[in-house]
Amino acid sequence: MGIKKWTMPTYQLTINAKKHRVDVDSDTPLLWVIRDEIGYTGTKFGCGMGLCGACTVLLNGQPIRSCSTPVSAVKLTDKVTTIEGLSAGNAVQEAWIEAQVPQCGYCQSGQILAASALLASNATPSDEDIDNAMAGNICRCGTYPLMRQAIHAAAAKIQKTKKA
Amino acid sequence: MNTSRRDFIRIGGQSAFILALGFSVTGKAKTLQKVTALGVEINPYIIINEAGKVTIFNPRPDMGQGTYQSLPMLIAEELEIPLEKIDIQMTDGSARFGSQMSGGSSSVRTRWIPMRTAGAAVKEMLLQAGANRWKVSITDCYAKDGFIINRVSNAKLSYGELVEEASKLPVPQKPRLKTWSEFTQLGKKSFRPDVTSKVDGTAIFGMDVKLPGMLYASIVHSPTIYGKVKSFSADKAMGVKGVRFVLKTERNFYHGPFSPDVELNQKARAKSEAIAVVAESYWSALKGKKLVQAAWSSEGAAESATSQYFNAAKAKAQSEGATYKDAAVGDFAKALQLSDYKIQATYQTPFMAHAPMEPCNATVFVQDGKVEVWAPVQGPDGLVAELAGYLGFKPENVKINVTFLGGAFGRKAYYDYVLEAAHISRQVNAPVKVIWTREEDIQQGPFRPGMISAMQGGIDNQGNVLAFEHRLNGASIMANVFKADMRGKIDPWAGEGISLEDSPYAFPARRNSFNWVDPQMPILWWRSVYASTNVFAQECFMDELAHEGEKDPLDLRLHLLKDSPRFVAVLNKLAEISDYRAKRKAGKSIGIAIARSFASIAAHAFVVEKQGAGVKISQIYAVIDCGFAVNPDNIVAQMQSNLVYGLSATIKNEITRNHGVIEQSNFHDYAVLRQGEIPDAVIHVMQNEEEPGGVGEPGLPPVAPALCNAIFLATGKRVRTLPLDLSSI
Repeated sequence: MGIKKWTMPTYQLTINAKKHRVDVDSDTPLLWVIRDEIGYTGTKFGCGMGLCGACTVLLNGQPIRSCSTPVSAVKLTDKVTTIEGLSAGNAVQEAWIEAQVPQCGYCQSGQILAASALLASNATPSDEDIDNAMAGNICRCGTYPLMRQAIHAAAAKIQKTKKA
Repeated sequence: MNTSRRDFIRIGGQSAFILALGFSVTGKAKTLQKVTALGVEINPYIIINEAGKVTIFNPRPDMGQGTYQSLPMLIAEELEIPLEKIDIQMTDGSARFGSQMSGGSSSVRTRWIPMRTAGAAVKEMLLQAGANRWKVSITDCYAKDGFIINRVSNAKLSYGELVEEASKLPVPQKPRLKTWSEFTQLGKKSFRPDVTSKVDGTAIFGMDVKLPGMLYASIVHSPTIYGKVKSFSADKAMGVKGVRFVLKTERNFYHGPFSPDVELNQKARAKSEAIAVVAESYWSALKGKKLVQAAWSSEGAAESATSQYFNAAKAKAQSEGATYKDAAVGDFAKALQLSDYKIQATYQTPFMAHAPMEPCNATVFVQDGKVEVWAPVQGPDGLVAELAGYLGFKPENVKINVTFLGGAFGRKAYYDYVLEAAHISRQVNAPVKVIWTREEDIQQGPFRPGMISAMQGGIDNQGNVLAFEHRLNGASIMANVFKADMRGKIDPWAGEGISLEDSPYAFPARRNSFNWVDPQMPILWWRSVYASTNVFAQECFMDELAHEGEKDPLDLRLHLLKDSPRFVAVLNKLAEISDYRAKRKAGKSIGIAIARSFASIAAHAFVVEKQGAGVKISQIYAVIDCGFAVNPDNIVAQMQSNLVYGLSATIKNEITRNHGVIEQSNFHDYAVLRQGEIPDAVIHVMQNEEEPGGVGEPGLPPVAPALCNAIFLATGKRVRTLPLDLSSI
C-alpha cells in the first residue's frame, strides 16, 4: 500500500475575514475543513448529525451546524465566523468569563456563537427567547443557568454601551 | 544534602537554578524531599526558578470538575502567591507522581493536607533564606505575593532571588499550615485559570491535538460489541480519496470473556475485533468507514440483551445475598417478623452511557520501543500501566500528555480507545489519532450498570420503622473492571450511598446485601456510580414507609437521623429554603431526598405540579454540606451540573440492548436535557470548618428520588422504574 496521489476540487472560503483555499472533496463538512485544513480547532465535533451544536459557526451572522454543512454549499462571498473570529473583548465572551460559565468547556464555542447571534438580532432577549435560541446547543456539564445569566448580563452591557 | 547546579539543571529540563519540592513515594512514609541528586524519585509538586517563576504540577486531570484550579490553589494559598502567577502543568503518568486519577470526587479531599504541606514547607524555606540574608529572626519576615518581606526594614526579596539559598536549607517536615481564618484564596470567589481559554477557543482538548505526519483513524466496531470479523472488503473504502490503510484492529476490554469458567475470566481479557480506516484527514477516514463491508460472527455475550439481565437480577433478588457489614444492625429477619406491617417494593434503574460532549479520542505514536500519547484521560498513571502491559514496553518508555477533557463522567478512565490508537500506530508506523463517533460513544460502552433494588421494611402500628432491608442485585464493577470473583460475595463499592455512614437512619434492624449478576456488557463508573442507583431506591422507599406509617417524609427522616447533626442541619436548611411546610395547592407537592456520598451530604427538594397526564417540575432546591467550601462558586456550579446530569438520567435516557445491539445511537434517541428544560435551582452551600468532602458527584444521587417522591405526593403514583416520562405518569 504505497502513498497514493489524488486530485481534489479547490474551494475558496472567507473565514474570520480571511480568504482560504482548500483542496477537499465537495462533500467534506465545513467542520472538518475549519478544524483540520485551516486549523481553527475552537469549533468542535460532537455528534456529526447537527443534534448537539458543538460545531456551531456563524454563516453571515446566522448560527449553522458546520458538521452537516458541506464545504461546497459555502460561497466565497459568505462570511464564516468561528470562535476565533469574534472581536476581542466582546460583551458575550466577557460576560462568560465574569460568570465563570465553562466547566469542561467543550461545547462553549458553539454556545457563545449561538448567544452572539441571538443578541445581534434581539437586544433584550427574554428567558423564553434564550431557551428557544439556545435549545440546539447541548451542555452535558449543565452550565445552562450560568449561560442564561451571562446572556442577560451581556445584553445589559451592550445596551449600556449603546446609550453611552 | 548539597546539590550541584548541574543536577538541578538536569531535572525538569529547567534552564536555571531551581528549587523543586515534593514527596518521596518510594519509602513507606511520604516525606517531603527536595530534588537533591539525580535519581531521587520524588514527585515535584512545586518548582521555583531563579526568575521567580512558580510551576505547580497538577496530578488530577480536569474534565470540568475544576481540578485545574483547585489543586494548585491549595499550594498557592500556603505559598503566598496568587494563582494567576503560577504556571500549571499536568503530570505525565510517571510513577514518581503517585496516584493521578480523577475519580471518586477525591481530588481535593485526598490532597488537602499533602499539597498545602508542600506549599507551606517551601514558604518556610524561603522565609529562612530571607532571614539569613538579612541576619534577622524568621519571625521578623513574612511572605506575600511572591516576596519575602522584612517586617523591620520593609526590605523585600522575590522568591526567585532567594531560591538558590532556600534550596540548600533542610526541608521542614511539619511546616505550620494556615488556619481557616488566615486563608486569602481558599473559600473565596476566585477565577478559574482555564476559563478564558475555554471561552476564546484556545483550550486544547484531545480532539485538537495535531502532530506532524499524523494520520486519522475511524474504526468500524462490532455492532454487537463483542463480535469477531468473519470477513471484510476494503476495496470501496480504499477508493476514497485520502484513505491510506484499511486494516484489522482490536478492542480490549477490562473484563474477561464471560466464560462459565470463572478462573478464565480472571486471567483473560475479552477482546473484540474491529476494522480501522486510516486516512490523511478525518473526513476521509469517516467516509471510508461507511464503505467497509464486513461480516461479523457473534455468539455468547455478543447476543445478550438487557431484558435478560434484568430478569436474572429479579430472580436473584429472591435470595438473601451476601450481607454488607457496613450497614448491618440487629436481626433484620426477626425484626421484620415482629413488625405489624411489612412493605416490599422493587426498584429498577437502567444502564446509562456517559455521553460526554467530547467523544473518545486519542493520538498515539508508537516508535522504537517507546510510546507517546496525547489524549483526554482521567488517570495518566493507570494508562501508563495499561499501555506498558499491552505493548510490552517498560513504563519509563510510556509518556502521557494529558489534555483538557471535554467531559468524561467516568468514561475516560477506561482506556480502550487509547489502546486502539496504539495498535493502529504500531501497524502504520505513524502518529495516529483515533476519533470515535457519537454513535460508537453511545453504543459501545462501557456503561453504568442498571440495578435491581429489592426493598423490604417493617413498621409498627405507630408508624415506627423497625426493620429495613436493601438487596442489591446486579453487576459488579469490582468483577468486571478488576476481575474479582463475586460469587457469594459483596462488591464493597456497590454499597455506596446506603451504608450506615452514608445513610445513617437509626433503624433498630437493618441489612444491605448483594447478589451478583454478570452483565455480559462492559460496565464502568458513571458519575456517582452505585450511589446513583442505590439512593433512588433507598430514598423512595423511605417515603413509602413514611406514607404507610402516616408520617411526614421530612419528620420521619429528622427523627431517624437525630443523632447525625450534619444530616439534620442539611435537612433543616433544605426545609427552610424550600418553605417545605408551606400549604401548597392541590396537585402541587414537594418531595425530598438526602444522601451522603463521596464524603459529602446532599439533599434536594423538587416541587412538581400536575399538568395534563403528567407533571411539571416547578422548582428545585438543593443543599450540600461538603465541609470547608474550597471554591464556593465551583461548588454551586457542580451542584447545578449534577442536577442537570442526574435529571437527564431520570427523565430522558436509558441504554437498552437487544440481540447484542444497543438500541440507541445519538442525541435523538439518547436525549439529554437542553436549555429551558430544567428550572434554575436554588442552591445552598453549608458553611463550616469540617474537612473538605467531594463535590463533583454528591449532588447527583438525591435527584431521582426527590423528584419521584414529589410525583407520588402530587399524583399518588409511585415511580419505581427509571427513566420516567414526565408527560405521562
